[in-house]
Amino acid sequence: MTVVDDRPATEVGSPRRRKEDARLIVGRTRWTDNLTLPGMLHLAMVRSPYAHARITSVDADAARQAPNVVAVLTGEDVKDIQGGLPCAWPITPDQKAPTHPSIAVDRVAFAGEIVAVVIARSPGEARDAAELVDVEYDELPAALELKAAAADQTLAHPDLGTNTSAVWTFDSGAAGTGGDVEAAISAARDGGIVIEREYRQQRLIPAFMEPRSFVCDPTGEQLTIWSSTQVPHFVRIFTAAVLGIPESKIRVIAPDVGGGFGGKLQFTPEEVITVLAARHTGKPCKYTETRSESLVSAHHGRDQWQKLTLAATADGHVTGLKVELLADMGAYLGLVTPGVPILGAFMFNAIYTFPAYHFTCRNVFTNKTWTDAYRGAGRPEATYAIERLMDELAVEVGVDPLEIRERNWIRHEQFPFTSVCGLEYDSGNYEAATARAKELFGYDDLRAEQARRRASNDPVQLGIGVSTFTEMCGLAPSRVLGSLSYAAGGWEAASVRMLPTGKVEVVTGTSPHGQGHETAWSQIVADRLGVPFEDVEVLHGDTQVAHKGLDTYGSRSLVVGAEAVIRAADKVIEKARVVAAHLLEASVEDIDFANGSFTVRGTDSAQAMAEVVWAAFSAHNLPDGFEPNLDSEATFDPVSFSFPHGTHLCAMEVDTETGQTTMRKYVAVDDIGTIVNPLIVHGQVHGGIVQGVAQALWEEAVYDDAGTLVSGSLVDYTIPSSADTISLTVDQTTSPSTTNTLGTKGVGEAGAIASTPAVVNAIVDAVRHLGVNDIRMPCTPERVWTAIRGASGSGGPSTAAAASHLGAGAPNHDPDSGAATQGGAQ
Amino acid sequence: MIPATFEYVAPTSVDEALAALAESGDDAKVIAGGQSLLPVLKMRLNAPSVVIDLGRVDGLRGISVDGSDLVIGAMTTHHEIANSPLVREHAGVLADAVSQVADAQVRHRGTIGGSLAHADPAGDYGAPILALGASMVITGSGGSRTVAADDYFTDLFETAVGEGELLTSVRIPSHGGAGSAYEKFVRVAQQWAIVAVAATVRVADGHIAEAAIGLTNMGSTPLRARGVEEALRGRPVTADAVREAASRAAEGTNPPSDLNGSAEYRRHLATVLTARAVLKAAGG
Repeated sequence: MTVVDDRPATEVGSPRRRKEDARLIVGRTRWTDNLTLPGMLHLAMVRSPYAHARITSVDADAARQAPNVVAVLTGEDVKDIQGGLPCAWPITPDQKAPTHPSIAVDRVAFAGEIVAVVIARSPGEARDAAELVDVEYDELPAALELKAAAADQTLAHPDLGTNTSAVWTFDSGAAGTGGDVEAAISAARDGGIVIEREYRQQRLIPAFMEPRSFVCDPTGEQLTIWSSTQVPHFVRIFTAAVLGIPESKIRVIAPDVGGGFGGKLQFTPEEVITVLAARHTGKPCKYTETRSESLVSAHHGRDQWQKLTLAATADGHVTGLKVELLADMGAYLGLVTPGVPILGAFMFNAIYTFPAYHFTCRNVFTNKTWTDAYRGAGRPEATYAIERLMDELAVEVGVDPLEIRERNWIRHEQFPFTSVCGLEYDSGNYEAATARAKELFGYDDLRAEQARRRASNDPVQLGIGVSTFTEMCGLAPSRVLGSLSYAAGGWEAASVRMLPTGKVEVVTGTSPHGQGHETAWSQIVADRLGVPFEDVEVLHGDTQVAHKGLDTYGSRSLVVGAEAVIRAADKVIEKARVVAAHLLEASVEDIDFANGSFTVRGTDSAQAMAEVVWAAFSAHNLPDGFEPNLDSEATFDPVSFSFPHGTHLCAMEVDTETGQTTMRKYVAVDDIGTIVNPLIVHGQVHGGIVQGVAQALWEEAVYDDAGTLVSGSLVDYTIPSSADTISLTVDQTTSPSTTNTLGTKGVGEAGAIASTPAVVNAIVDAVRHLGVNDIRMPCTPERVWTAIRGASGSGGPSTAAAASHLGAGAPNHDPDSGAATQGGAQ
Repeated sequence: MIPATFEYVAPTSVDEALAALAESGDDAKVIAGGQSLLPVLKMRLNAPSVVIDLGRVDGLRGISVDGSDLVIGAMTTHHEIANSPLVREHAGVLADAVSQVADAQVRHRGTIGGSLAHADPAGDYGAPILALGASMVITGSGGSRTVAADDYFTDLFETAVGEGELLTSVRIPSHGGAGSAYEKFVRVAQQWAIVAVAATVRVADGHIAEAAIGLTNMGSTPLRARGVEEALRGRPVTADAVREAASRAAEGTNPPSDLNGSAEYRRHLATVLTARAVLKAAGG
């Protein structure tokens, strides 16, 4: 008999199908909403229909008398016990913030804010009774449009006296990491090029697949909370801090969680209310939001105005970049709301060797749903701005957009490279990724076709968009977070447990919600310990099991979390080596470990890991004083970020008669360092690209003049489906990171960061010859059509390249003027 | 997403359904696939006390030919219509339109009768039904009557179906041999039409002998572009001639302005899409 061994030589690098998928796809698993506990009660929220109003009365008598209603809690009922929701990232010492109640007490600050909760024996009865709660409001003027809010025309929180929460600045001249931007701009105005643009990052909604759901069981010694969250450890800490419950009396479980995209990186009013309800009634309580509630009350993302000034020499070498942001906080500061634009502050210089840089951001309150992290968090905004600007610079200089990037990017031999922000880029090769992308794309052929279509005045024009992005992954070195006034650290913890039967349990502090950690961590540990992939079980998301961790966001899990796993596994090996030496009657220094086997160097005597594990378990024959335990823990705090990068090329067809845009070709060549599982990487890149394309083409959270979310259902908030996408060409080049053992860099956000500017650059490129140099996102057919129809200039080099373009009435200056702003209220 | 409490009635014949309707009167809603009604109920935009489900009335389901008419039962699903050789042969534009309704799940649940009775002007049935000159068979306690498509849509979400009546089938005169096209304009695949145009065209000797144009989402009801139909008659099948005629497509329309497009933009789209639909129909 022949035994065919079809195992890969190493698990790392093998495109294993995800071990999670069977249960996730068929739903035979423990989603929070699937949980039913004895005697469980159900919650329904009463939410404000007004963006800004004083609550004059809440009459809940009828609701309290409705069938099977156990209790109704209003803001007045809980005001002394609900505490205030936390913001973990005060970006300046004088940052202003309103108190953030879970249930509004006397004033609501956005439409969707909770004013009461009904607790009943069934979800339907709770909903029925919620409609009987009679709330009277005295409407107040609402701060809605971001620029008007920044000018304090109407105050979102009158008591604060201003809508500005904080102003944060980075100046490379002052920091000593680069030159003075104003000097660079002045110099460029005389014979050089100054590009001035204003771009809008529209408001987006994370729109994770699984609506948020929370269960709280107060009946044991410990309060147990199930939450569809990305951050169970944060939820535990903040439940303790906000409600004054000892942390040791709280257990938080994030069971299988259906997506987050940053939208579940939050500690929410709904979590607090579920706990309050459970404690009030003494019974397990569940709250599962509806999709409509999710869209209006789970935090939103992006929402910035970006004012940009790029200075360059006449031949297109950038000499300085100035960034002035307005960032919409919405009504409150969530967990990391103020820090989101700051995460982008270090990325506007991107892959380039800019010598001078100045960044300032004004964080502004409005009476809208609060914003916070959304896939990429700050970095997509930065990447969009600079990649759009580099295309504009190429037009001014009159060279191909790839050529202008090459003139400015960091060459591969310059790594490690310290950026104008003072960050050390670990590794990269922009030349290699770009060359590969051009080849896969058929760049020259598509450029030739573009020229033919222009020459023949084809109604369907072709445009090519470039995006050469980088991002900072692996959040985060704790010292860096401390320097940015973030409340927590950025380390990650893991433990590896050796079971007597040779199986392995890996406990990770990361909290996957679709990423495939169970598969990837198993591959890594299988290689490390020389055990079969199937013998590794990955445990996560329960603070009683994974007691220590900082959870999953910011492309950190593999780079930081898996490094902790590796270090814990290595500690197991070191302990086992001592036992193996004892069993083999050799000295520890002479013991080698490879492929799951300990050998005495220069001999053929060996002990398998499984034998060593059993020996440690039985403890019959161990070295004197050896603690019979191979299990090990490790905590890894990165010393620096990792910097994946990539070149994305997009060809878009634009129907000039209707404005309809159609993707023709998309090539992504990413350098994300060492790849653990190519199948998972492809999934992340595909999903990320489509999510970024959605910002470019489809998605926008639109409010009306009263502050009501108009795009409040998935009919109006148009997320794409597979039917809206084409087959993407995805490949990789590899420059291993120098910041961790495997050389990994992080891939969770790459596609979403890179694709948005690639698409918009392609659309603008398709119609630039018609006189268009910008189209506001999302580039709806109407906006594209209107831009073409309203175009007046040539779209080519401006007649006075160095003159100011940001005067009133300039093409993209005023939020309420110009062709690109049509198609929906802001 | 939990509807208010309602009584559920599931008749197995048209007579039973009519009886249930008569009994519950104004408070009843008929469910015929539920692809529009269920979201309305779940979002509590409506709270009928009785829901009468036609899903078990087998007699309302099926596609057949009766003389020179194609007859489609009200409870026939979008999927069945889109994939029916009979529909393809006699009313191709209907198959084209219906194959573009929402997504596969919706097409397997939603029905022609449900869609036409709901009468959303953005729905994909109205324009082809108008272009095909179909008739609606409406049944009440006194028997059945027939209403021409042109008289069927009376206002936003309102039709000729009266109180106590049901839309039971749709009769479509065979258009075998005519060319047709449905040009639907959307931003994402599964959404309602921003604008769509249904065209049926008969060409003789290189000229348009007869054309019928239906417009989706250009007013409070599906509309016919009669100005274009007149302008096309007798014109040669050339792009210029068709575009000139199609420039009248927005005449008499009153399209909505919403997140997907302004009224002005929809009027423009109607002319472009009408020209494209007619050229496609005349060429095929």
